[in-house]
Amino acid sequence: MTLSDHLPVLLVLTPLLGAPIVSLFRSISRPLATLLAAATAAIAWGLVQQTADGSELNYHLGGWAPPIGIEYEISMAAAWTVAVVSTLAFFSILAGCHNAAREVTEGREHLYYAAFLLCLAGLLGMATTGDAFNVFVFLEISSLSTYTLVAMGKGRRSFTAAFNYLILGTIGGTFILLGIGLAFQATGSLNIDDIAARIQDLRGSRTVLVAFGFLATGLSIKLAVFPLHQWLPGAYAESPTAVGAFLAGTATKVIYFQLIRVCVMLFGASYVFEELHFGTLLRWLSVFGMFVGSLAAVYQTSLKRLLAFSSIGQVGYLTLALSLGSELGVRAGLLHLAAHGITKCALFLVTGAIVATTGSDRLSRLAGFGKRRPLIAFAFVVGGIGLIGVPGTAGFVSKWALLRAAFESGHTIIAVLSLASSMIAVVYVWRVVEVMYLKPSVETDSADGSRPWALMVPASILLAVSIGAGLYSAPATAYASRAASTLWNRVPVAAGLPEPRPVHHDDAHDAAAEHGAHESAAPEGQAGPEEGSTP
Amino acid sequence: MSDGMLILACMITPLVGALLVGLTGKRPNVREAMTGLASLTTLGFVLALFPKVMAGERPSIKLFEMLPGVPLAFEVEPLGMVYALVAASLWPLTSSYAAGYLRGHHEKNQTRFFICFALAIFAALAIAFSANLGTLFFFYEVLTLSTYPLVTHAQNREARRAGRVYLGILMSTSVCFLLAAVSWTYFKAGTLDFRDGGILAGRVEETALPWLLGLFAYGAGKAALMPLHRWLPNAMVAPTPVSALLHAVAVVKAGVFTILKVVVYVFGLDLLTRTGASEWLMAVSAFTIITGSLIAFTQDNLKARLAYSTIAQLAYIVLGAALATPDAVLGGALHIVTHAVGKITLFFCAGAIIVFAHETNISRMDGLGRKMPWTYGAFLIGSVSIIGLPPTGGAWSKWMLALGAAEDHAFYIAVLMISSLLNIGYLIPVAARGFFFKPGAHLHAKPTPLSVRIPLVTTAVLCVVLFFSSSFVIDLVGPIVGRP
Repeated sequence: MTLSDHLPVLLVLTPLLGAPIVSLFRSISRPLATLLAAATAAIAWGLVQQTADGSELNYHLGGWAPPIGIEYEISMAAAWTVAVVSTLAFFSILAGCHNAAREVTEGREHLYYAAFLLCLAGLLGMATTGDAFNVFVFLEISSLSTYTLVAMGKGRRSFTAAFNYLILGTIGGTFILLGIGLAFQATGSLNIDDIAARIQDLRGSRTVLVAFGFLATGLSIKLAVFPLHQWLPGAYAESPTAVGAFLAGTATKVIYFQLIRVCVMLFGASYVFEELHFGTLLRWLSVFGMFVGSLAAVYQTSLKRLLAFSSIGQVGYLTLALSLGSELGVRAGLLHLAAHGITKCALFLVTGAIVATTGSDRLSRLAGFGKRRPLIAFAFVVGGIGLIGVPGTAGFVSKWALLRAAFESGHTIIAVLSLASSMIAVVYVWRVVEVMYLKPSVETDSADGSRPWALMVPASILLAVSIGAGLYSAPATAYASRAASTLWNRVPVAAGLPEPRPVHHDDAHDAAAEHGAHESAAPEGQAGPEEGSTP
Repeated sequence: MSDGMLILACMITPLVGALLVGLTGKRPNVREAMTGLASLTTLGFVLALFPKVMAGERPSIKLFEMLPGVPLAFEVEPLGMVYALVAASLWPLTSSYAAGYLRGHHEKNQTRFFICFALAIFAALAIAFSANLGTLFFFYEVLTLSTYPLVTHAQNREARRAGRVYLGILMSTSVCFLLAAVSWTYFKAGTLDFRDGGILAGRVEETALPWLLGLFAYGAGKAALMPLHRWLPNAMVAPTPVSALLHAVAVVKAGVFTILKVVVYVFGLDLLTRTGASEWLMAVSAFTIITGSLIAFTQDNLKARLAYSTIAQLAYIVLGAALATPDAVLGGALHIVTHAVGKITLFFCAGAIIVFAHETNISRMDGLGRKMPWTYGAFLIGSVSIIGLPPTGGAWSKWMLALGAAEDHAFYIAVLMISSLLNIGYLIPVAARGFFFKPGAHLHAKPTPLSVRIPLVTTAVLCVVLFFSSSFVIDLVGPIVGRP
């Protein structure tokens, strides 16, 4: 085995083991963290390379085959997600070189970087692991470090924001754990493929139904699906700018990928969308989210909060794509995941630059900003246009994909509604543009006249990527098509068990008992297909 | 130069022009020379394309795939040729006029003005040459964004408010309705290419066709179809050259051009006449024609009156598209040309009056014609062309439209005639008061510089020339509607 075979695990290990090292070497924490993030991003792109032909990488941790051992499972969609996440993480860490973006008191930077890397490790682990319990573990790793990062924000409000997020995030995490537990109880396995293969015979089971309910609700909280979005504006807006950029671009995206996995892989699309009609529920919640989030964004007086509420609207697009319950829908979701991640991360970084130069992100302070800082203002306009989804930006590519998916599944009204809500995006973006360019300057910049290169260079690169992908979308769309197709048409195979299984019940039970070593309460006698008969 | 390169040259020249204007911004004379040079070069390239299209060729070039199945591609077909010709030939005149106007008016940010102007022309030409709906949509948005700084040029409260309405209506109709229409078309027809005879026949249920047409007609908000016309009067806060070239020619014509092109190449005339899917659009455009003219009556501000007149005149072209008979479409195409030349004359005159006589309201312009005979003479000729009387080009386009309506919808001939009467009612008094009323004591007209006078006289002469030589448009567009 060469090094490239170990990429799946190195992806998670690099930031995970890097975090304590960074916290130990205080003096070089910044370059070290940047280097580690760069290495992680490189690994992620290596994985994209390896899966580009549609293959799936299965890495058995410690050589233990599933369902006993823990498996890392990297499909094209997972590689896509981790590539986006780790790249945005790298740019956000880079932006953190600027003090105003980091907002951490001197001497505690090493803790900031350690938490940052831990969070990244959690997110990447969640996206790549093939083990349901592992998903929860990584979720908690990323969540706990996120609470810390949010609380590092400058103002006092960051504490309340972090606390809000802590409460709601913990509820979400608990729901997810309950869901995983129930799925384990029903199927006797924690390996996602294994569960998926077995769950098909247990479709009528109430345990499975409840498991899905808990998982979907828990993930919806973490994803900030309307009306479970209360934590998001505070967490994004009150945290340090670089953290806001990182979270806005990545955290919900990974959770979204989990939701796709739960709906499409774990429980099976036919069960979720055809039997439970989860799509209908999610669809209308998404539409509400799109309108409520965007409308709330219109009324914000601070730039970061505006962007945060816009994120709630954008999450609506993501879940809308999934709710269509089709391969094209998943494709649109994957495209929007990347497009919005890049755009929103860039916009937060630009906002950071605005804060660094004016000392505030209040909209009223931006009067005449277009004249004073033409480059930064222009960057915001470009990002804003991407957010609206004007053709020629990545946002348009994903919007187009979403429209196509909506028309294909016959949801014409939904398509028109999603377009109508992007009109609101025009309003909230243009409010900012108007203030920056058309209001006369009333005051001079309070902060130092420094040029926030550390923020603007990563932001410009991301914006260039957004425009580039908007004009020439073929590589991205082709990859996303293939990723969605492999994900959608995947037939789950129970790992490591002889096919066909002679006595289904016992077999499942054995595997469960062995696997459940780290779980104190292994279910007894409740798992099995019999339960399916009870209505 | 190959056909493809020629098309690209037409579009790249304004871009290079914008760049050069930006680089020479500190020296106004050089900057204006750059604009003039770029506009003349662009006109040259467009004229070089003309004989090819006249000969029945369709020069085209395909760049790369923007989205799967939707390449960024250009093809010069007769309708696009007409539109490009109008935009490109009026640009040099407007450049000269703008130089005189902006200096006379002591406008700020003149460099930004000329850059955005060149960008808008670039977008207009790209719209004209688009080979598919995707490309057209892309440049349609570019046009909206590039004209926003022009509308808000004054940067005061009024300009901000106008800019909000402008962008609000144009951007939201395009991202909401037009994009919906485009994606619907793509999903049903499997392509977005403009093809002779249309791409929708047999692909969309006949009951859905009126809806789809509605999405297109209102999605192309630049066509200012009522009730989504508010942005156009608001856009009049922009400096007059913008109102002249963009809000009488390039921008508004982009809207009606889109509708015409969609009717001819996406729906296909046969499909519309057979299913009657455009009946409602005829009624709406007739309503817009009459109401726009009536509102124009009530406007005392000259530019506002012209703006409402534009709304009514644009609806002529939409009516032509909605009638979907060969004559009506020809009339619509011809009206793009004749209205452009006529209305730009009127705006040039209105601008000259604003800058050199400092008057904006018609009620204060009594007797001004004696002090500004060139301007008022041109205004009179422009008015005659808009009304549609010989010997001006406007007569022919109205004639063709009436012919197109005669086949099945004779009612709309009456609408056209009533509208002509209304046009006489709100345009002729302006000139008449100028020439025949006693000048008020408050009038102080400075002489107009040549840079302003030459363009407005030229366009007035063009109005008359078009009466004798507009057949080239018929020859050009005829083949696509089955009239060789």
